[in-house]
Amino acid sequence: MRTLAVLKTALTGNYAVAHAVRLAKPHVIAAYPITPQTTIVEKLSEFVAKGELKASFVNVESEFSALAVVYGAAMAGARAFTATSSHGLFYMYEMLWWAAGSRAPIVMAVVTRTLGPPWNIHDEHNDILAIRDSGWAVAMASNVQEVLDLTIQAFKLAESAYIPVAVGLDGFVLSHTVESIELPPQEAVDEFLPPRRPDLPLRLRPGEPITMGNIPSDDRLHAEHLKNIYRASQEAKKLVKSIDAEYGKLVGREYGGMVEGFELEGARYAVVCMGAWCGDAKEAVRSLRREGVPVGLMRIRFVRPFPDEEVAELSGMDRVVVFDRDITPAGGILGREVASVLGRDKVVNVLAGLAGVDFKADEFRKAVKHAVEGEYADRVVLL
Amino acid sequence: MTVRIDLLPKTKYVVPGNSACAGCGMMIGLKVLGMALGEEAVLSIPASCASVVQGLGPKSGVALPILNVPFASAASVATGMSEAFRQLGVKGQAVVWAGDGGTADIGFAAVSAAAERNSDVLYIMYDNEAYMNTGIQRSSETPKGAWTTTTPTGKREAKKDVALILLAHGVPYVATANIAYPQDFYRKIKRASEIRGFKFIHLFAPCPPGWLFDPSLTVEVARKAVETGVFILWEYDNGELKLNPPSSALVDKSRRKPLVEYLKLQGRYAHLSEDQIKQMEEEIDRKWQFLLRFAQAARPRA
Repeated sequence: MRTLAVLKTALTGNYAVAHAVRLAKPHVIAAYPITPQTTIVEKLSEFVAKGELKASFVNVESEFSALAVVYGAAMAGARAFTATSSHGLFYMYEMLWWAAGSRAPIVMAVVTRTLGPPWNIHDEHNDILAIRDSGWAVAMASNVQEVLDLTIQAFKLAESAYIPVAVGLDGFVLSHTVESIELPPQEAVDEFLPPRRPDLPLRLRPGEPITMGNIPSDDRLHAEHLKNIYRASQEAKKLVKSIDAEYGKLVGREYGGMVEGFELEGARYAVVCMGAWCGDAKEAVRSLRREGVPVGLMRIRFVRPFPDEEVAELSGMDRVVVFDRDITPAGGILGREVASVLGRDKVVNVLAGLAGVDFKADEFRKAVKHAVEGEYADRVVLL
Repeated sequence: MTVRIDLLPKTKYVVPGNSACAGCGMMIGLKVLGMALGEEAVLSIPASCASVVQGLGPKSGVALPILNVPFASAASVATGMSEAFRQLGVKGQAVVWAGDGGTADIGFAAVSAAAERNSDVLYIMYDNEAYMNTGIQRSSETPKGAWTTTTPTGKREAKKDVALILLAHGVPYVATANIAYPQDFYRKIKRASEIRGFKFIHLFAPCPPGWLFDPSLTVEVARKAVETGVFILWEYDNGELKLNPPSSALVDKSRRKPLVEYLKLQGRYAHLSEDQIKQMEEEIDRKWQFLLRFAQAARPRA
């Protein structure tokens, strides 16, 4: 590996997103402020105003328009970025599906936040998980360094798979927390992420009479298009791994692709979780290992496409404890997804950290211990 | 600028295979747009009749680059295309071709925002005065008194004047146009496309099935709207608002044709009483007085 002139610095998660976007050199950025996403777009507008990023920064009147602007830009050949959170993400809903259905290679940061009522700006994963079936690739980072690396990788993934990519980071826990990170030099990012090919998947430009999205002459054409998006999403799993590996070779950090494994060697129990609190869960795993409990951890990095193959590797475990920082009338979303691979009997689904309530390493430790000892009566445990 | 109809470009952009209704007024407008900007325009079209008349994909009966987009998004999508053109060095004009519902109702926040930002977009609202694509439901552009399927006894509220609202945004160019006057519409598109920034054209486009008239009468209905003073041709350019011919010759009310000549062509007004028609005439007068005072106020400084 070459030696890179990395810049060691300290950034919040949101500023890490902004720096990653600056390094990715998008042509068009549009966003509407919402807590806790706001400082991403403030920083990006500052980069553009100072000339540190040559891009159009478009101020819009809503998140729906933010995504519509970057969608229009992407369909005209531009590299485009937006960011949002919670209610803003939900206000985009129709455009999310339209963008994915158009194979528009957009990157969007989602700073996770609970949904009202009541008005509450704190962390939860229900918002980003609600877009899981829209056709977007959906990923979650676990620390500020990964926020930066994942955002850069997301552009490459979007422009290779022609699937828009949402990069999630936990509101406040990552978005407003300063961590020490390394910024790769521009040349390394340029090498990893060459300019976008504006002609793919198609390009709207003057003089070329292409019509995108008019009524199909045969519904089977539309059906085939939908199947192709599914196929592309499955293919994207390989791309996630190869892009992560390529990035790893260049900058020296590799995350494991679709999931990150931790202490799984020799484990009889596994913890599955996603996002920043996996750091606390790892601490719990370490502590349990010291107590002699054979437990490991699988961190979901990409929840869409879903890492079925990787989760299936946990089929030999005696018990799998899935932590969801979300809640639905049917239980936890990750819990159900993991159970769809491993079967319901193996999975204990713990729902915690809702509405921003803190869930500490020791609480993870206790919950995992209870779960593996079979002390919870229900499959869905509300903590 | 005088536009001679025999000298207009001959390339056809509305071609066989389109699926417009017989006598579609909007389609006449789209032909003129093709003549004026066929090689420069990229269209953002929201859910509307305009998304249906393109015909069946993967083919298209409209030979222009078109991005079909969600109902409320057209102005924002066009903004994105326009910014992409700027960043990628592409010479082109992002055009929104949207109905009155997509503009004045569901898409209005995005239209207003694009205008306020002065985004480089030519926004053309073809106005057929109701939601025609879903089967003739009222919009905020449906005139008072008109029948629609959701105003079965006639609409009670007045038509929203979107062009004047856009003018109040301080954009560089706003005009009204009418498919019965294609040279005027052509000239306005050309003029608008010379200006960088947000341009708005309100295009009057009668709808035979929606207004209940024979498809052979589309141009006649559109012309009568101007001749009776119902629809006023005007243009706001470079800080000046002026009436365009033939509306400019109809300031004197006595020169306008009787309103009933316009109304009697259309089944949607068949239920109106004489009193209601008289009230409608008075409201048209007030509209003229308001616009003329506005034009007076918006004269360029000496």
